[in-house]
Amino acid sequence: MDIARTRLLIAVISRMLAGCRTVAVGNSSPIPGAATLLARAMGAGSMRVLMLGSLQNNSFTDGGRELFDCAAQGRIDAFFLSGGQIDGEANLNLVGAGEYPRWQHRFPGSFGSAYLYYLIPRVILFREEHTARVLVPKVDFVSAPGTSPPEVYRQGGPAALVTGRCVFDFDRAARRFRLASLHPGETAETVRANTGFTYDAPADVPATLPPSEAELAVLNGQVAAEIAETYPRFAAALFGRRSAA
Amino acid sequence: MTSPSLDELAARITPGTLVAIPPDYSGVPMALTRALVARNARDLHVLAVPTSGIQIDVLIGAGCVAGLEAAAVTLGEFGLAPRFTAAIRAGSIRMRDTTCPAVHAALQASEKGVPFLPLRGLIGSDILRHRADWKLADNPFSSGDPIVYLPAIKPDVAIFHATKADRDGNVWIGRRRELVTMAHAAARTLVTVEEIVEGSLLDDETIAAGVLPGLYVEAVAEAPRGAWPLGLQDLYAADEAELARYAEAARSEAGFRAWLDRFLGAWPAAA
Repeated sequence: MDIARTRLLIAVISRMLAGCRTVAVGNSSPIPGAATLLARAMGAGSMRVLMLGSLQNNSFTDGGRELFDCAAQGRIDAFFLSGGQIDGEANLNLVGAGEYPRWQHRFPGSFGSAYLYYLIPRVILFREEHTARVLVPKVDFVSAPGTSPPEVYRQGGPAALVTGRCVFDFDRAARRFRLASLHPGETAETVRANTGFTYDAPADVPATLPPSEAELAVLNGQVAAEIAETYPRFAAALFGRRSAA
Repeated sequence: MTSPSLDELAARITPGTLVAIPPDYSGVPMALTRALVARNARDLHVLAVPTSGIQIDVLIGAGCVAGLEAAAVTLGEFGLAPRFTAAIRAGSIRMRDTTCPAVHAALQASEKGVPFLPLRGLIGSDILRHRADWKLADNPFSSGDPIVYLPAIKPDVAIFHATKADRDGNVWIGRRRELVTMAHAAARTLVTVEEIVEGSLLDDETIAAGVLPGLYVEAVAEAPRGAWPLGLQDLYAADEAELARYAEAARSEAGFRAWLDRFLGAWPAAA
């Protein structure tokens, strides 16, 4: 694990959650999970966190369907999705690369993406691997489309794409990503060379803001302890810390 | 209620059966899975509610599965499910991709005894495009509002593992209420538990709402550490070393066979 970069990604995602009242985090999402806990801590604890796989930060009691019902009721402001492939219109593919149905590379599957992408207002896409094999011109299978025609009921969708190299904002009207900031060590050219889809970019791309001293202090203290409950291996690698459990 | 052996329970799951199984975070009946493999179960059609991991990978690898409907199959932090991935590539199972809330909704339709439920999302997804059994229709109460109708899914059998049951077949499931939905929707429910306790779980008002009543349960078998190598609620954690061994071994057919021999032979001593 690249510890400095992981901390940067956590801080970047955390800032995107400012103002959210309720944030849900899916399974197998340690970095979005840590980012959400950081946002809650920086916001003085007023944010409600629903983290799947956690007991301490998950108040669902009505089984697997409750997250989805809750999203449909408009109670969840932000969520995270990823993809084996993501294209320039923010279409997500979690099923397979190659040809249906026997796929050259079969991915796990769509999980709840084909539903939550439509219903949660602010969906942050996160995929640490930023290569042309992941960020493709057109996905081989649409698990969930980035945008929908006006007649389709849609309360939500992609807000941004965070990768190991940069941050893209997503313009839903233009159906295009726009390069928003570059992580340390990256240039407009390295991002261009590793991105399979076309996107917009300003003449001067700002650097991604590093975590502040205050953010790092909270991350290494309170958040490290909280995230270890759900992601002990991740916490051990990032913070050298073991779960108390 | 009868209390059969694991093998007798497995014998009730016959070829052609549509079997509903729980996700890794609920109670996965791994001891019963072992009994199914030991019996050489064949031609099972499996519904993952709504995802699965090592359980479906073992069943597929052992040749028990003809068809699968799932929102995802993964070993989580241990990576892709290797026997599932190999079977997809070989075209040896019929895979129906879905999304988590569609599985819950289709089971809820069966709970209510109605033929379908509508669900938001899905429009424009290739999941919908490949599902001839789903219908894109209009909201009958408001024109210009397309919505997807999902037919009810009625599993022949639901199987899961839980901490305890009483002799009336009442099963403590706590907050894992997807197990309740599965049992309500399925024609029959077969359960394994860590232990069968005396008295009635419904007598204590403080826990009664976390109990699946025996009304829905055909049979319960005792299977101590019956979710191993997966964990069970707050009772025991997943055996990470064993899951890592599985993920590595199952990358090849021969490695999987060697792991399976040990799995079949070792229970419950290794648990």
